[in-house]
Amino acid sequence: MVMPRKRPIEPLLWLLFSAGGMASAMLMPALLFLFGLAIPLGWITPPSYEHLRGVLTHPLTRLVLFGVCMLSLFHWAHRFKYTLYDGLQVQHLNELINAFCYGGAIIGTLVAGYVIFVL
Amino acid sequence: MTNPTYREHHPRWLRPRISTYWWLGRWPYVKFILRELSSVFVAWFVLYLLVMFQLVTRGEKSYHDFLDLSANPIVLTINVIAFFFVMFHALTWFAVAPQAIVAHIGKKRVPAILIAASHYAAWVVVSAALLWLLLRA
Repeated sequence: MVMPRKRPIEPLLWLLFSAGGMASAMLMPALLFLFGLAIPLGWITPPSYEHLRGVLTHPLTRLVLFGVCMLSLFHWAHRFKYTLYDGLQVQHLNELINAFCYGGAIIGTLVAGYVIFVL
Repeated sequence: MTNPTYREHHPRWLRPRISTYWWLGRWPYVKFILRELSSVFVAWFVLYLLVMFQLVTRGEKSYHDFLDLSANPIVLTINVIAFFFVMFHALTWFAVAPQAIVAHIGKKRVPAILIAASHYAAWVVVSAALLWLLLRA
């Protein structure tokens, strides 16, 4: 019996997946409903520029927004990786898929940090 | 072992080829794949939030650019689809929370229904708080 080598990073990736799943489940439906549906369809009047800008640029909002973006991206990476594994059965593309998913999450996190804290 | 794929005198594995579309046959499998695909729309919304953040913080004119962008038919269509997937993700996520969280009060295990219910309740409170924070004049 050959035991597969355990990757010590796996628990961390699972933790990020789990935290991202919780953050996105808690916050995204309301935000997506508001900014993706209700406002563009005219069901709700958009908040004033001053108010929205004030809320978004508050240091606490920036921090929370960055956390949600980072965790949600790692949630995507983990789940999408296994969708490709199980759904399409492309286990032989293992390394390519890992690079695409986790690499994408890392690059996305850097972009998020730049947009939220630097720009 | 240096070459784990080679085994002397080992019979050939019986591994029937499984169709790429194995999950299309039964509803629970379709549901599983749809739930996994919800992550793509979670990632889409991260992108959308970042675009929104950038445009709103840049000035009043670009805030209106964002409002125009959100009303673009293609963006709106993706967001409608994304909303259903994100709702599906949230509902299924809280539904399985009792399987991931084993909590005890004293020696008694907290019943699954209570853990799920507290997640749904927290979700309602958080959503209401978000809408209040963003919409109060």
